[in-house]
Amino acid sequence: MLGRSILRASNRAVARQSLGKSTRASSTAAGAEAASSPFYLTLTAALATAAAAGSTAWYYHLYGQEAFAMTPAEEGLHATQYPWVHERFNKTFDHAALRRGFQVYREVCASCHSLTRVPWRSMVGTMHTVDEMKAFAEEHEYDTEPNNEGEIEKRPGKLSDYIPAPYPNEEAARAANGGALPPDLSLITKGRHGGCNYIFSLLTGYPDEPPAGAAVAEGMNFNPYFPGTGIAMARVLFDGVVEYEDGTPATTSQMAKDVVEFLNWSAEPEMDERKKMGVKAVALLTGLFAVSVWVKRYKWAPLKTRKIVYSPPIGPRR
Amino acid sequence: MAGVCPYSLSQFPYLHCYVQTFIRKNTVLLTTAFAGAFAFELAFDITSNKVWDSWNQGRQWKDIKHRYMVKEEEDDE
Repeated sequence: MLGRSILRASNRAVARQSLGKSTRASSTAAGAEAASSPFYLTLTAALATAAAAGSTAWYYHLYGQEAFAMTPAEEGLHATQYPWVHERFNKTFDHAALRRGFQVYREVCASCHSLTRVPWRSMVGTMHTVDEMKAFAEEHEYDTEPNNEGEIEKRPGKLSDYIPAPYPNEEAARAANGGALPPDLSLITKGRHGGCNYIFSLLTGYPDEPPAGAAVAEGMNFNPYFPGTGIAMARVLFDGVVEYEDGTPATTSQMAKDVVEFLNWSAEPEMDERKKMGVKAVALLTGLFAVSVWVKRYKWAPLKTRKIVYSPPIGPRR
Repeated sequence: MAGVCPYSLSQFPYLHCYVQTFIRKNTVLLTTAFAGAFAFELAFDITSNKVWDSWNQGRQWKDIKHRYMVKEEEDDE
């Protein structure tokens, strides 16, 4: 089929050349006819293109655009991008900051927010020693297994226990906070758009008083970063609320930065190890890729450097 | 010689010669491969851990734990 069409095309070209009508060596039959296409064909093509483009544009206008149902106030102010060191690909958490952040959580956040997915043992060897964590765990009471009479008693906490919630259930939490439920903070940096930036902006973004014209409901506080701007949580981080044991000045932004890093750790406790494995994997795969490139070139060298020569059979001279 | 070698000498001259020193005995090849893998993993892990720790100097728990361990010992005394 292919061979036949090539043959036909070359025949035609030869024929055309021999007739002297065209001097172009093109292989197709498009030549003299294209220049003199009739007027109505051009018009039809132009109209069809215009109709296609127009209907596409109209369809996009109607259905293609993203619908923004919320006002900017309901969306919340976009959080500032901060250069978090621990978010770089080759950096671990600053574990001194994690230790300070856990202190901020214990002394400030823990009165309302739970951290139920984090056990005491996970801080051992991360930000505290075993004895320190045992002391923290023993400050809290936990239910025992039922004894022989079926009664549940209380026992001091162990390292394997999870951090207890400040309220026994959601209803109690709502009742104590004017109907608003303080979210669990275990996975909060993963669960909020903007992650660390959002939480830092939220914690440090309370203005002294709401701007003129802003409607703040009864019992609510104004925070531009919170979607809807009305947040039940009041500003909690003031300079010097916490006294750091390592002498770091406990400014509002310092405490917010430390607690955000701690919350990022509680959401991704595996981050240090994961990044280290990633760096190792990238290094190894780079080496293997280089080897595979070398092998390919090695194997292909005889194919790439060979020369195919056609020496025609020597016939009788004419 | 030609019977041992599956490739023609002209196509892979150098690789052929190197591999022949290892491959002549299967036990030698296996020992070389396993020992090489072991040594490589050891060296790679040690090196990359060192690089990682130098990138994260002062940030990891092992860099700061001496502050808290020493303090506890003093409390006990």
